[in-house]
Order: sequence, then structure tokens, then C-alpha cells
Amino acid sequence: MVFVPGLLVQLGIFGGLFVGFGIIAEWRAGVIDRMMVTPASRTALIAGRVLRDVVVLVAQAIILISCAFLFGLRVPLWAIAAGLVLIGLLGAAFSFLSYAFGLITKSEDAFAPLVNSLALPVLLLSGILLPMSLAPAWLQALASINPFKHVVDALRAIFRGEIGTPEVALGVALAAVLVVLGAWFGNRVFEGQTK
Amino acid sequence: MGAEIQAGQAMIEARQLKRDFKARGRTIEAVRGVDIDVAAGEIVGFLGPNGAGKTTTLKMLTTLLRPTDGSATVAGFDLRRDPQGVRRNIGYVGQAGSTIGSARAGEEIVSHARLYGIDAATANDRARNLLAALDLADVWDRKCGSLSGGQRRRLDIVMGLIHNPRLVFLDEPSTGLDPQSRANLWTHIRKLRDELGTTVFITTHYMDEADSLSDRLLIIDKGEIVAEGTPAELKKKVRGDTITLTMREEKDATEAAGVAGLLAGADAPATDGHIVRFHVSEGASTLPVLLAELARAGIEAIGVEVNRPTLDDVFLTLTGRSLRD
Repeated sequence: MVFVPGLLVQLGIFGGLFVGFGIIAEWRAGVIDRMMVTPASRTALIAGRVLRDVVVLVAQAIILISCAFLFGLRVPLWAIAAGLVLIGLLGAAFSFLSYAFGLITKSEDAFAPLVNSLALPVLLLSGILLPMSLAPAWLQALASINPFKHVVDALRAIFRGEIGTPEVALGVALAAVLVVLGAWFGNRVFEGQTK
Repeated sequence: MGAEIQAGQAMIEARQLKRDFKARGRTIEAVRGVDIDVAAGEIVGFLGPNGAGKTTTLKMLTTLLRPTDGSATVAGFDLRRDPQGVRRNIGYVGQAGSTIGSARAGEEIVSHARLYGIDAATANDRARNLLAALDLADVWDRKCGSLSGGQRRRLDIVMGLIHNPRLVFLDEPSTGLDPQSRANLWTHIRKLRDELGTTVFITTHYMDEADSLSDRLLIIDKGEIVAEGTPAELKKKVRGDTITLTMREEKDATEAAGVAGLLAGADAPATDGHIVRFHVSEGASTLPVLLAELARAGIEAIGVEVNRPTLDDVFLTLTGRSLRD
């Protein structure tokens, strides 16, 4: 009940963040240039990739939840559906960012440390690994400005059967804002490729 | 849509196209204002050493890089005002290739066609026709990574042609291929123009490729176009044929140089040890005269060679450097 939402968020963050490796390989193989000379919309080129990643992520999440069911997780179906939407949003935001960073760095050697130095603090400060209630006050304050903590909190609340509470609303709203920011940034980087 | 471009009309018209790169606070002028004219139906070779600005120019003409300055009309559309129009009407085959090794060839082509808004059924038909035309009929289900270098290059060309462009840009298409695959690729590139009427703009740093493939050549060096013309016209810029004599001894070489210098149309011979080298306008007709004169002077050459000018000689004459440097 507490553990599964954390795992799902972790799946969303890492699943999304690592897709940038793929785009570096594609760039090196000439695929990105090949697509950039077509009249296809730059937004479509990145959003299409992100949507594919979201489909993969949701499939993974469903497998994870099914396994958790075998181990005794009991959550209403609507909560699972809502949870998947939230995870999908989170994954999309990270995919956008990851593609953007991949195309900015164009090198696995630069991309890997960048992603790790982003993922680790996000993970630690979201209370996935350890409950933030064990942390000192300053760390809790820091965590409260980490949007991903609120996404985790929202997912836990959803799994507890809450909906429409401020906690859930905040988490979903933050996830949506992250997607918009990620999309804006990713789109900018894609368009910048031909400048 | 722009009007259909007839054979002989301008397919590329670039004026003072320029591109600077900023790196660590310094400005590097990769392309310093080039004028390029290509007529519909031509195969034009863009020749120059590595780093001369070939790829940068190509990327500007294909909307992959924005020019710092200058203007161009490509396939009838203004490069700056209507890049979408340009994109719809050109094909581009990049130096790096265009496929991921794990993708299946047929699916890769169809998905590329979809980016041009071509429906899947049409894309399927065109892809099969193009694959057959480029001797790739049986690769549909194969993974791109399992194809040979030559096959993969031809697959790249199929991808670049899937939307029936009137103009196709090929960036160093034969780099890394063995001689047979190169010759085979050239046959296919010629067919593009002869059978499909596609205008071809091809960059290369191989002189034999530029020589055998292009109707006309542009030579670029250090970001500027230094010469332009048919391969034959360009070779006329070189001082005729080169005759190389190898003598048995160095003192023979000095005497032979004296004899050669008196021949009609010969320039001042250069001696290097046992070897004498000089230029004449007509190597074939000069040779018997030269040998007779040498015999009269009592000198015997142990080796004689006549070389027609190559594009490398042209490049050397124009820039003072060899293309191979």
C-alpha cells in the first residue's frame, strides 16, 4: 500500500529519464537528421516518441500492479486507473526532459552523469526510499519544494482510496505542469537542432 | 506549391550563402559566401577536402542549418521563407546513414514515408518499387544492421527518394565502401537521373567519383568555391599532360632535362634524382619525338610515363595543395 506507489513513481522517473540514451544512438545513426529534413512537425517528432514511452511505461506499471495483487495488494479498480494516469504524466514529463538533454549533450558520457545527478536527489527527496517523516526538519522543508514528493503523496492517497482531496489535486496538477514544461523545453531543443 | 520545374531551369540558386560557427568565443567561418547554381536534371559534384565546408553547405541547402547570411531558392522554394516547401521537394541522404541497426528495412521506409504524410499503402508500393530498382528486393524483412555496407547505403537512398523528390542531396555516399560497391552505387545514382529525372547534388572528396559521376563540378576549399565546370573543362586548367622519365643515372637525368626542355610546347622540366618530370600540351604525340631526340643524344630512358591530368592536379593547380593532404 505504501511501497507500491513509491515503486510506480520510481518506474516513471527512471523509465522516462533513460530514454535519452536511445535518441543519442538515433542521432549518431543519422535518424534525427533524416527526420528533420521531412516536413513533419517538430512537436510531433518528439511527442510521438514520448507517447510510445508512456505506452511502454503503463504496460510495465500494469505488470507491477498485477504482481502486487498476487502479494495481497487490494486497491479499487478506479484507483489503479487514476494511478496509471498519474504515472503516465510523470513518465511523459521525464521522457521530454530526457530527449531534450540527450540531444543537447549528444554523448552518453555526458548524458549519464547528468541524468544520475538529476534522478538521485529527486528520488531521495520524494520519500520513495525512506519516509520523509524520519528526516530532519531542513530536509523535510527541502522535500516539500520537490514536486515529485507531492506526486508520490498523491499516488499514495489515491491508493488509499482518496480522490478529490487537496493532496491528490496538488499532485496531479504538478504532474500536469511538469508535462507542459517538459514538452515546451523538449520542443525548443528539437526546433533548435536545425538552427 | 511551386510551379513544376522543367529540365534546364534552376533547381538550386544560392547567393552568398554563409555560415559561421561560434566555438569557445571564436567565430569560425565554415562557409564564406558561396554562389551555387544547379539546373534541373543535372548531376552536380561538390568536391573538396575534408573540412572544406561541403557538409555545412549541404546542411544549409537542406534546411538542417540556418544560413548566417545569404539567400537560396531550392527546388523552387525560398530557403528562409518556406523551409517546409523545400523539405517537401528534396531528398537528403546524410553522411551518417539514416537507419537504426535493429529496425526492419521495410518498416523503416514506410514509417519514414509517413512523415511526409504519405499513406501506408502508397508508401508500401513505392518502397517495394524503389527497393527493386536499387537491387534490394529481398531486404524488406531484414534488420538494417544485417545488411552489407553497400546495401545499407542503397537503403538510405531509397529512404531519401520515398516521396519522389525532384532534387536529391547525397552527402559522401560512397565513403567506407569497397570498390565494387562504389561502382555499383554510381550506376544506381546515374539511373536516378536517367530514369527518374531526379536532379542530383553529391558531395565527395574522391576525385574519381566526382570525375565519373558528375556532369558538372563545384570545387570548394576553405569555405569558398574555387572553381566550377565540367570535369573536362577543369582539367584544361592544368598545364596539359605530364611526362615522367626515369633515367639510369643522375647525370643522364640532367642531360635528358636539357633535351626535353627544347621540345615544342614543353615547360621547364623538373629533375629529382633519376627522375625528370615536365608538362606538354599533347603527351601522346610528343612521346615519339622525345624518344628519338633522347636516342640522338645517346641517352637511354629506362622508364617513360604519360599521365592525363586528374582532378587532383586541378585541385593542386587551384589551391597549391593536394586533395589527399
